[in-house]
Amino acid sequence: MDVESARLLGAGIASIALVGAGVGIGLIFGNYLNGALRNPGAAGGQFTNLLVGFALCEFTGLLGVVMGFIILFT
Amino acid sequence: MAASPMEQFEVTPIVPLHWGEIDLSFTNASLWMCIVAASVALFLTWGASQPRLVPSRMQSLAELSYTFIADMIRSAAGTEGLKFFPFIFTLFMFVLFSNLIGLLPPILIHPFTVTSHIIVTFALALFVFLMVIVVGLWRHGLHFLTLFAPKVPWPMLILMIPIEIVSFLSRPISLSVRLFANMLAGHTMLFVFGTFVVGLAGAGGVLSLLSVAPLIAITAVSALEFLIAFLQAYVFAILTCIYLNDALHLHEHH
Repeated sequence: MDVESARLLGAGIASIALVGAGVGIGLIFGNYLNGALRNPGAAGGQFTNLLVGFALCEFTGLLGVVMGFIILFT
Repeated sequence: MAASPMEQFEVTPIVPLHWGEIDLSFTNASLWMCIVAASVALFLTWGASQPRLVPSRMQSLAELSYTFIADMIRSAAGTEGLKFFPFIFTLFMFVLFSNLIGLLPPILIHPFTVTSHIIVTFALALFVFLMVIVVGLWRHGLHFLTLFAPKVPWPMLILMIPIEIVSFLSRPISLSVRLFANMLAGHTMLFVFGTFVVGLAGAGGVLSLLSVAPLIAITAVSALEFLIAFLQAYVFAILTCIYLNDALHLHEHH
């Protein structure tokens, strides 16, 4: 297999990391909605933590995408 | 003629300047950084000109951004963190405006997202990281190193201290890569959907009507990109506040 094909395959496999990001983001927002529907008064105070948690979770998925870009373009 | 989605991130020199072997050219990245800085200054000075007790629209916007960041700092870093308000406000406005200006349509101009380059975001994140270390050492001296030793029973400390050190050292990397990857991925996706629209519209017949679908997708993704621009700027700023809080108040509970 030549390098170019291996690169394309590698970039594709690296993108599988986004599955984890999707699951994690769904869990975070789902738990937030769960808690917000049970206790609407306390929901506003945790909104900041929601956004920070979402960003941290998305970041780990995007690490996989960045590795894919590195494999593909360098 | 298929342009690569990575071409929009190319840095091309506008005014070539060389000092020996060092390339100091004024590039399109430099130009757009100047445009970002100028637009932030314009936004704030326009908002602050002719202040009235019942604010006008621009004054409302400028005051909104000010109170938003001030409240965020006060809740994340306490009243001591307010000393760092100018820095964090500058950081937030720079990241926000460079994210948003990169979303401008390429009509008559070629907008360039300054924060879509790892070197730019890494420079910002490294500055934050070094500032946190300097503030911590200035405030607490060598006692700052107890940041790596939370109050756990001593057998666990042998495991906890390397973990804490690694997690501390990964902060500039995570801050920079988060912003960079979000901007890169978003703009690449917009470009790829754009090539779908052009490709379908140029194929003729029934396929030209189908080109509406990627057009709607581009609109939805652009809306998402606006949200991500705000969110990533906010997350950058609030993580900076949280790290500052760690440096200012080592392990104190609120």
